[in-house]
Amino acid sequence: MQPSTASDPTLRSHAGHLGTEGFQEHARQALQDAPLQQALQLLVTNFVPRRVAAMAALGNAEVLRTEARDIKERTMARLDEYLELFAMQAQRVGVQVHWAQDAAEARQIITGIAQDIGARVIVKGKSMATEEIHLNPHLEQHGYEVIETDLGEYIIQLAGETPSHIIAPAIHKTRQQIAALLHEQLGTPYTEVIPEMTQIARRALREQFLRADMGITGVNFAIAETGSIVLVTNEGNGRLSSTMPRVHVALMGMEKVIPRLADLAGMLKVLTNSATGQKISSYVTMLTGPQRAHDLDGPEALHVVILDNGRSAILRSANREALYCLRCGACLNVCPIYQNIGGHAYGWVYPGPIGAVLTPMFTGLDTAQHLPRASTLCGACREACPVKINIPHLLLNLRQQLVERHDVPWVERALFTLWAWIMQHPQLYKSAVALAALAQKPFAHQGWLSKLPAPFSGWTQSRDFKAVAARSFRQRWQETLQHERPVASSVAAREGISHE
Amino acid sequence: MAEPAEQPRPARVALFVTCLGDVFYPEAGEATVRLLHRLGIAVDFPLGQTCCGQPAFNAGFHQPAKDVARRNLALFAGAEYIIVPSGSCAAMWRVFYPELFADDPVLGAQAEALAARTYELSAFLVNVVGIERLGAVFQGKVAYHASCHLLRELGVAEEPRRLITQVEGTELVPMDLAEQCCGFGGTFAVKYPEISDAMLQKKIASLKRAGADTLVSCDAGCLMHIAGRLRRQGETIRIMHLAELLNAGGAAQAQPSEP
Repeated sequence: MQPSTASDPTLRSHAGHLGTEGFQEHARQALQDAPLQQALQLLVTNFVPRRVAAMAALGNAEVLRTEARDIKERTMARLDEYLELFAMQAQRVGVQVHWAQDAAEARQIITGIAQDIGARVIVKGKSMATEEIHLNPHLEQHGYEVIETDLGEYIIQLAGETPSHIIAPAIHKTRQQIAALLHEQLGTPYTEVIPEMTQIARRALREQFLRADMGITGVNFAIAETGSIVLVTNEGNGRLSSTMPRVHVALMGMEKVIPRLADLAGMLKVLTNSATGQKISSYVTMLTGPQRAHDLDGPEALHVVILDNGRSAILRSANREALYCLRCGACLNVCPIYQNIGGHAYGWVYPGPIGAVLTPMFTGLDTAQHLPRASTLCGACREACPVKINIPHLLLNLRQQLVERHDVPWVERALFTLWAWIMQHPQLYKSAVALAALAQKPFAHQGWLSKLPAPFSGWTQSRDFKAVAARSFRQRWQETLQHERPVASSVAAREGISHE
Repeated sequence: MAEPAEQPRPARVALFVTCLGDVFYPEAGEATVRLLHRLGIAVDFPLGQTCCGQPAFNAGFHQPAKDVARRNLALFAGAEYIIVPSGSCAAMWRVFYPELFADDPVLGAQAEALAARTYELSAFLVNVVGIERLGAVFQGKVAYHASCHLLRELGVAEEPRRLITQVEGTELVPMDLAEQCCGFGGTFAVKYPEISDAMLQKKIASLKRAGADTLVSCDAGCLMHIAGRLRRQGETIRIMHLAELLNAGGAAQAQPSEP
């Protein structure tokens, strides 16, 4: 069960993640990884069409998205107040609320609770926040047995890997790979039949639920008005992790709070429809405090750990709207880059477009600078986002910060300085174009170049580059076009050219 | 998508041909001028123009981008309409100029005013001039590649398709990944060539599935990217800017079609 990387000190800093600095190389490897490429097909054949169909079936998806965004906007504008209200209301119903400034503090709080209750076996519902604070390796180092109970997370844990997708952690694995893994790790007969594989995992996990003394989950929504937390899952792992063990610990990013219970319905709709194309997920668990005297079940104690870990800084930055994210994964699924390289190449906990925004802000823009740069700004992510986060514009903000902080290669800076100088002087621009036309002559063939010099050679690795035209538009304008006139009887012409 | 403007049709426009259009695809600019002329619209071409500033802006270099953009604010200050035969560059004018100068009350206001008068070619024809049939004739099965900035920054989705559909002899064939990025992304194609090419390969596979013999788009950047790989692979699929298609055949002789 021990993740293979936990014993490797060089990887521990990333807790099993590849790290962001080697993005280009990781992406290259991912593109060559045949099973990964096969596995990623599921995004295009399954995830994307299901979301598109579900959102269309809603009929009022646009309204719901706007409302959801509006709720997030209003909440973030007064986040401190809503968090205080949530904490107060949660305490009123018996929740023990903890505030964690950073990952280390959150780990300490959670380990402290485990110690206090004398826990030995901990089951976990799926939670990206616990990935963010690298909780599992920490708990294991402290001698706890930790078992992931979401099927995808369980598979990842058996493989000693990290999730590669926010809601489908094992999406990078093919069915055959998972079949082999279950067979090797659990000693069960090899099968590629999905219901059989699910049953194998289910049997193994049920035993763990019965053994566990503590359950750890994330939080999808925290309702300030009532002090409730809401878990959204499809396998019941959230419900079992939060009710079977004696003690339940929920870790929530501080952006998860919403003001009122009445806000929940709309938020749930956009979340599940965007995430999996479901009207509602199989399990939506709303927990308001631990077990009361007359309750038949539930944990003796419920702890909620509210995690900052850099979120306050994001809240104050120009990229505040990154905190609106519901972690639905829709932006990953539609991203043509994620579709090609998968999640691990991004190097840290959050992959894909939203990861390219969040990771630099969580881990440092200097080391993660490839992430905001490796985007065509195509905007498919914004179109899919249930709260309309303008991810391309956030990436642009980060790129600007990189330049302002002098974290870009000097060659690039020099080139853009030269470029701006040329573009501000039309005569110079004309000369530069003429010079390029001249310089390319020995190399151009039928108007195309098959090899460009550094630093542009990347283009011609697999593509020809268009040669500078023999006669530029400017020349054509000056020689002929400027002497041409609009059709004299323009009215007649307009009559003749109709609007069908 | 919008209703044709109720005001009289524009009589005169200023053309911002874009640097890629000037240097690599002069045919597209030429076709743009000729088709506007056929509509009875006079075209100005302010000679001092160069680039919109987008390469620097997208790379995060705001100061160089501003230096270049500021010249355009002055150069096109008197133009009633600014026509840009590129979704990407038109988005720079319409969406990003106001953002770029948001801190400056004077230039910011100029940028806002200019943005409102700037149109990508297809959006101008359909939504401002109110015309879809331009009398072009072109025999071919045409697939349309929706460039990302045109589609998702400017929200121009149907206009180019409506114009293509009206070309005599042309069949607009559906392409399953029509609205997926081709992987160009400016310097992205150079900095991350393997990812860029993987995206491009999917685009080209989609194009071939569509059974098209011609690919039309509104952006020179996408066109030269896609054409560059088609050529490397030895494909014969033809690449055309929308303006070229709309000016093809009988239209090129400035003969408006019969009603």
